[in-house]
Amino acid sequence: MRHAMPLTPLQKTLWAAAMLAAAGFAGLTWSGAPGASGPSNVAQDTFRPEFRLEDAAGRVVTSDDFRGRYLLVFFGFTNCPDVCPTTLIEVAQVMDDLGSDAAQVQPIFLSVDPARDAGMGLAEYTAAFHPSILGLAGSPEATQAAAESFKVFFAREDDAAAPGGYGMAHASALYLVGPEGDWLRQYDYGTPAAEILADLQARLQGHLP
Amino acid sequence: MKLSISALLAFTLCAGVVQADPIRQGNLEVDGAWARASIGASRPGGAYFTVRNLGNEADRLIGLSSPVSAMPMLHETTVSEEGVSRMAHVEAPEIPAGGALVLEPGGMHLMLMELTGPLEEGGTFPLTLIFETAGEVTIEVPVLSIRATGPEE
Ligand SMILES: [Cu+2]
Repeated sequence: MRHAMPLTPLQKTLWAAAMLAAAGFAGLTWSGAPGASGPSNVAQDTFRPEFRLEDAAGRVVTSDDFRGRYLLVFFGFTNCPDVCPTTLIEVAQVMDDLGSDAAQVQPIFLSVDPARDAGMGLAEYTAAFHPSILGLAGSPEATQAAAESFKVFFAREDDAAAPGGYGMAHASALYLVGPEGDWLRQYDYGTPAAEILADLQARLQGHLP
Repeated sequence: MKLSISALLAFTLCAGVVQADPIRQGNLEVDGAWARASIGASRPGGAYFTVRNLGNEADRLIGLSSPVSAMPMLHETTVSEEGVSRMAHVEAPEIPAGGALVLEPGGMHLMLMELTGPLEEGGTFPLTLIFETAGEVTIEVPVLSIRATGPEE
């Protein structure tokens, strides 16, 4: 496990809990369990999230591949017909509205359900929202490492009312990584596309890091 | 004059798409139904609608069926204070007297699992809602773009 910054005790507890869930620890109820969706927008809290995953064609993609560009990262899964499309629709709107600046921003859909998503046409899914969105899936270990690196929470939850008998609880925010690879901020779920656009434009024009 | 099958079909498709008026069933009014186009049929689809209760007594949505899904179910999305989202099954939600049951992105959705075919933009499909008191009503749900965020005006 690599971390640019050590985890807080709370985050360590959460990760221990998440790993228990991943191991199929039955009987755990999650309704009361807090999830670490990431630090708040504290400027001095800089770290560099890293990932090493695969795109839909099986090519290895790492965080280093995107230096010089902004990364807009969303953790999700394709069997999610509400929250995930809502966020991807916003990302698509932002990419359309960025116009010629769009080349400087790479949106990424990082699957927290990689085994299922990789077999279901991840590229087709992301392209249906916007051709610029890159869908990534990896091994369970690489996915876990990526989430830890971003300090975000996800967990598989057994649920008879979900397709395939399970759903994924996951951090619902969008994460912004800068051209140098630094974590810059998160946009909470439901942040209007116009607000994300304005923030990105301010950064691209040099008014913000 | 003979109406061809395809002309008839085109007519019913159009009738479905332009359906804008609320459908009345007993004291209930169903309105604003739409579904998001699916990508193929292997992932669940999502649909939304509003049920208003114009009566003096609460009713309950106790059943759902549609030929497009072998497992339609109401789900609620919740986002915790820490930003973690999850979905949970909602069983027999109440439509309070004078109130409404509203399905919308980020809140409650109709999860159309085990699709029998893709939900294609521009098409419609029937959806039967079964209410405890008001009984059964079938509406036509228009399928909008995958980037739609609400019903058509
Ligand atoms: Cu659902």
